Amino acid sequence: MLETRPNFDRPDESYALLIKAHEGLSEAESHAMNARLILILMNQIGDHAVIAEALALARNVRAAT
Amino acid sequence: MRTPVTERYPLAFRLYPYVKSPDQTAVTPIRHKVVVAGGGPVGLATALDLGLRGVPVLVCDDQEGVGLGSRAICFAKRTLEICDRLGAGVSMLAKGVQWNIGKVFHDNRLLYEFNLLPEDGHAFPAFINLQQPLFEKFLHEAIVKAQSQGAPIEIRGSNRIDAVVRHEDHVTIDVMTPDGPYVLEADWLVACDGARSPIRSMLGHGFDGRVFEDNFLIADVKMKANFPTERWFWFEPHFKSGDSALLHKQPDDIWRIDFQLGWNIDRQKELKPENIRARVSAMLGPDVDYELDWCSIYTFQCRRMEKFRNGPVLFAGDSAHQVSPFGARGANSGMQDADNLGWKLALVVQGLAPDTLLDSYDSERVYGADENIANSTRATDFITPKSAISKLFRDAVLQLAETVPFARTVVNSGRLSMPCTYDGSPLNGPDVASFPARTRPGSPCPDAPIGADWLLRLLGGNFTLLAIDADVPTTFSACGIPLSVLSVSGRDNKALGERYLGNATSAVYLIRPDQHVAARFEHFDEEVVAAAVGRAIAKDVVDA
Repeated sequence: MLETRPNFDRPDESYALLIKAHEGLSEAESHAMNARLILILMNQIGDHAVIAEALALARNVRAAT
Repeated sequence: MRTPVTERYPLAFRLYPYVKSPDQTAVTPIRHKVVVAGGGPVGLATALDLGLRGVPVLVCDDQEGVGLGSRAICFAKRTLEICDRLGAGVSMLAKGVQWNIGKVFHDNRLLYEFNLLPEDGHAFPAFINLQQPLFEKFLHEAIVKAQSQGAPIEIRGSNRIDAVVRHEDHVTIDVMTPDGPYVLEADWLVACDGARSPIRSMLGHGFDGRVFEDNFLIADVKMKANFPTERWFWFEPHFKSGDSALLHKQPDDIWRIDFQLGWNIDRQKELKPENIRARVSAMLGPDVDYELDWCSIYTFQCRRMEKFRNGPVLFAGDSAHQVSPFGARGANSGMQDADNLGWKLALVVQGLAPDTLLDSYDSERVYGADENIANSTRATDFITPKSAISKLFRDAVLQLAETVPFARTVVNSGRLSMPCTYDGSPLNGPDVASFPARTRPGSPCPDAPIGADWLLRLLGGNFTLLAIDADVPTTFSACGIPLSVLSVSGRDNKALGERYLGNATSAVYLIRPDQHVAARFEHFDEEVVAAAVGRAIAKDVVDA
């Protein structure tokens, strides 16, 4: 089941790292990096049902409660 | 209009020259049990299976043999097992090229290589490469041998089916020959007449699906070059031929090269030998000597008929379904159609099973076709992404695959054909959940060595009661069908134990004539097993 409650170890630091990782990249390079990152994180999750839930939430975040 | 019978394509082998049949001068049309339309791999296999079961079968083909051109070249283990049951597997294996290593390139970089790592304890390898004309010739040789032993198979060359009229329990068929037209009747018609199936059109059936806007150039080249016997696949190859390319070895020093060319091309121009040679030379390098053997441009679609059975007419192979070439799922799935249909049609013709058994041919093979279409569509979408974002992710996968192992599992240059497991089939009987999942009801039996022989050879083509260290009677009949009984031991047989017993010490399997598991039990119980046989031949309509 997808974790929607807070699960970050260090939320501010992780978010800052994400933004920093994109520094100096062109928009195309950033998109490519994001694509790689999504694939890496999907593999980390592994569970197909959780991935499906995450995709559904991302696609339609307003419909989620 | 009655056009004469013409040779539509050059032949590799003239196997069944036209001979005038007495049917052509009969006053009233002769009624046949089964007519098979088309003498391709699926038609020949269907005829051979029926003939070996003693069912009279007539094949009508508008040509007199096997067409030129390698076409299908990758034949999977399950296909070889089916052909072995039909008497053609050994010669195919002897002639075919075996391969295990595949390499995947992006541009000029090797991303990774894989090994099919064939599991031990099977009579046949995971794949062989063999030109389609040779595959068909071996099937035809098995037919000739079966005929000499009394199998009631007849093949009529230059017999073109021009019209089919469907009646409730038979069809009327107009046939054209070099001596003019005649009329036949058949209780059953099996349409194995290919992707452009004239019979499908004559009966007005749809054939819907997805068209892929792409052209593929096949170039078969003959060369004695020192390339290894491996499957090489390129995404966006450095030799700039298009989105993908494939190099694969066939027998007799022939190599299959597949170039994906894209949609807006000039076919005539691309087929000019000098243009083909330019592409091939760019791929192989400047110092490689070769000659062009056979070339063709094709497009493909992923689609199927809504139903593979329409009353007395059954569709099998490309006439019923079409897939992209990625994964070798065309001819291999057609052979599974023939395998699934042969025994069912035989039992119906022999009056041993109700004709509703043929509805399970429809449901099981539609299930198989959907699996093949899903797999080959996914491969196609990976190889040729259909949107900018799809391309972005595809390229990200390829980039990661070079260094990060997980990404290699997502790279899709075709998921190679595996036999279908008929989960949820109405023919499936009781299961024992603790037995291995791979041999659950609906599964094709995995092979295993039995002494100096092989399990699938011993199973043959009848309903079989397979007892593994279990007590069963030496003879057993149910629903008027005598079963073969095969008693074997799983002790000191690792492959058999792993595949059929798991942690159990004994088991009883009911195996269908197409070597799929119908049901399995902890112990033999006459009533329970007889009920499972009934279910497997569609006789228990009440709870089906």
